[in-house]
Amino acid sequence: MRHLISPLDFSVEETNELLSLAEEIAADRSRFSHVAEGKKLATCFYEPSTRTRLSFEAAMLNLGGSVLGFSSADSSSAAKGESVADTIRVISCYADICAMRHPKEGAPLVAAMHAGIPVINAGDGGHNHPTQTLTDLLTIKALKGHLDNLTIGLCGDLKFGRTVHSLINATVRYPGVKFVLISPEELRLPGYIRKDVLDANHIEYKEVDVLEEVMPELDILYMTRVQRERFFNEEDYIRLKDSFILDTKKMRYAREDMLVLHPLPRVNEISTEVDKDPRAAYFKQAQYGVYVRMALIIKLLGLEVPTC
Amino acid sequence: MLNIGGLHQGVVIDHIPAGGAMRIYDYLNLDALDAEVAIIKNASSKKMGRKDIIKIEGPITIDLDTLAVLYRGITINIIENDEIVEKRGLRLPERVTNIIRCKNPRCITSIEQELPHVFKLADEKTGVYRCIYCEERFKMK
Repeated sequence: MRHLISPLDFSVEETNELLSLAEEIAADRSRFSHVAEGKKLATCFYEPSTRTRLSFEAAMLNLGGSVLGFSSADSSSAAKGESVADTIRVISCYADICAMRHPKEGAPLVAAMHAGIPVINAGDGGHNHPTQTLTDLLTIKALKGHLDNLTIGLCGDLKFGRTVHSLINATVRYPGVKFVLISPEELRLPGYIRKDVLDANHIEYKEVDVLEEVMPELDILYMTRVQRERFFNEEDYIRLKDSFILDTKKMRYAREDMLVLHPLPRVNEISTEVDKDPRAAYFKQAQYGVYVRMALIIKLLGLEVPTC
Repeated sequence: MLNIGGLHQGVVIDHIPAGGAMRIYDYLNLDALDAEVAIIKNASSKKMGRKDIIKIEGPITIDLDTLAVLYRGITINIIENDEIVEKRGLRLPERVTNIIRCKNPRCITSIEQELPHVFKLADEKTGVYRCIYCEERFKMK
């Protein structure tokens, strides 16, 4: 039985296979509308995350399956002190597959170790969020046509942003990928990722603190939010925040075919005026998130894919 | 100089950093062992200046490689019939359970007391282990 706990649990081949299936789903959704009939997805969300939970539920419903679950620890037996291991043993009797979000890092792994059904990590604290990474990969693959030979700009909070770390880990497995790391000095990519991932894989990258300068080089611009609470003082925040806000003025420097991605929710780091730009792909990204989760459910449950 | 007799059969745990013997004594639970145990503290050592040594008489079935997580430079001498039949350093074990405690307050082990603390060897050269749950880093001394 397979689980998805870390973005690197699947090999490159398995990831490519999953993305191809997701693209098939995107091209003809109706063909997959009965694939999971009679199957149940349990969404065990120990902390609220409406977007991810609804994306999983939409994915299962699109496949003809049904969903059950809880959306906060208060409404689960965790409030009574039940362990994750015991909860998943019980959920395994009720459902065929489980998507789990938990504020503590490693909780979905503990669940996978005791589950009788496949477990998908739907986010464990600041640690992993593999279906977001798969969503990002599918968006790039579907809209650019390939995952290799890309220059990816990562902008904003590169220090604490787990989506950025996971995306780097996942894309360095494809040849010819380069990174431009755009952030204030306070929020630069942690040294261990530069050393253990970028340097260890001989990946070309540069660190800059001005977005406009590097815009013309980018195939992908992955935006993240610069959060006020990450700064030591208000002055620095005010000084720096506008440098990392994407607006139509900055978009003028970008290539015609550059894509803007964002894991969402956005606050103010992408001006709403950019939404109309055809290169803004962040809402399409949310749609691809559903497709990739559909593909994942099919794969982990070993469901038969109907032929054209 | 203090003289401690040789072993007929048993194990000599050598090259323990000075002051570290009691930690190993506790870790191996040697006080529960019904055998002769000698702890030599602050012995002279050309390599280390001062070192500790533990000698245990009798057969011992503990996986001594796990000691590498406490002190990497330890050497083990196996004695049989008054002779050293094996002399070796320790290999870092691939996986250790309940030896290293995860200190990450965001780790699931911080709220579920019964979960074993399991670390996997990430880099043998640098002696880096990572928690299997949260990937918290632990570097060997």
